[in-house]
Amino acid sequence: MATKVIAGHQVQMNDEGFMTNPQEWDREVAAAIAQAEGIPELTLQHWRVIDFCRQDGMASGKAPTLRRITALAGVSTKDMFALFPKGPAKKVAKISGLGKPEGCV
Amino acid sequence: MVTATATATTPAFVVTQEDKPRHVAFICSKGTLDMVYPALVMGWAALGNGIDVTIFFTFWGLDMINKNRVDHIEIAPVGNTAMKMSMMGLNTGNLGIPQLAGVLPGMTAFATKLMKDKIKALEVPSVREYLQMLVDAGAKLYACKMSVDMMGLRQEDFIEGVEAIVTAGDFMDMTDGAQVVFI
Repeated sequence: MATKVIAGHQVQMNDEGFMTNPQEWDREVAAAIAQAEGIPELTLQHWRVIDFCRQDGMASGKAPTLRRITALAGVSTKDMFALFPKGPAKKVAKISGLGKPEGCV
Repeated sequence: MVTATATATTPAFVVTQEDKPRHVAFICSKGTLDMVYPALVMGWAALGNGIDVTIFFTFWGLDMINKNRVDHIEIAPVGNTAMKMSMMGLNTGNLGIPQLAGVLPGMTAFATKLMKDKIKALEVPSVREYLQMLVDAGAKLYACKMSVDMMGLRQEDFIEGVEAIVTAGDFMDMTDGAQVVFI
């Protein structure tokens, strides 16, 4: 656990790079984490997924799995891997300031 | 003249990945319900972790990608000592399903339905849907040439997403440096 300064904000982050307090998140933090994760610019498509994850994550207290995102956010698996390459559920959870998604599917 | 050296610094909160992406290859050789799911679950987990996935289907594993078989993967109670009566919700402890009962017509269908219901209750996708998810996520699926020839199958017998029918040698080439899991 460490305190990091991202986009001028102090945020708590665990060793795996997930924020531990979703309240510290805002859209600038999201953009900065996205850049560090290899996504230079967040498009409307990205935001649609991030907004869903924020909403779902804040309501349930945990980051949605990839299957949950594709089922409920109206984004296909293919699109998810194109938008957030190399592990989309984990990547979008990081960008959304949520913890690591759990579950086998 | 003083030249400033620009050092590309990686932000401290980035978890860097190794240069060569990790690659896991699964060899699926079985066609029973309990043996088809491991590669699907682990393959999906691997893709979710940014790991490249290749799956090679051989022998009975071809049932997983056979259009006419994929929705009819079964499990038989005969010869399966791990399958206990308690799985049916009966309070029978470690008592197994009697082998003699297992050979009765309909027992395999019954056991299959039981297990499929449990899989469904956990919101785990069917084999067909799982494979589609894997393909959409970038997994590469291949059928084993020798098994395909032995069973008289052709590329058109397979579900969409199976890239090609390849030899064992081809498989070795395409999984150079990969971790291989035989199921």
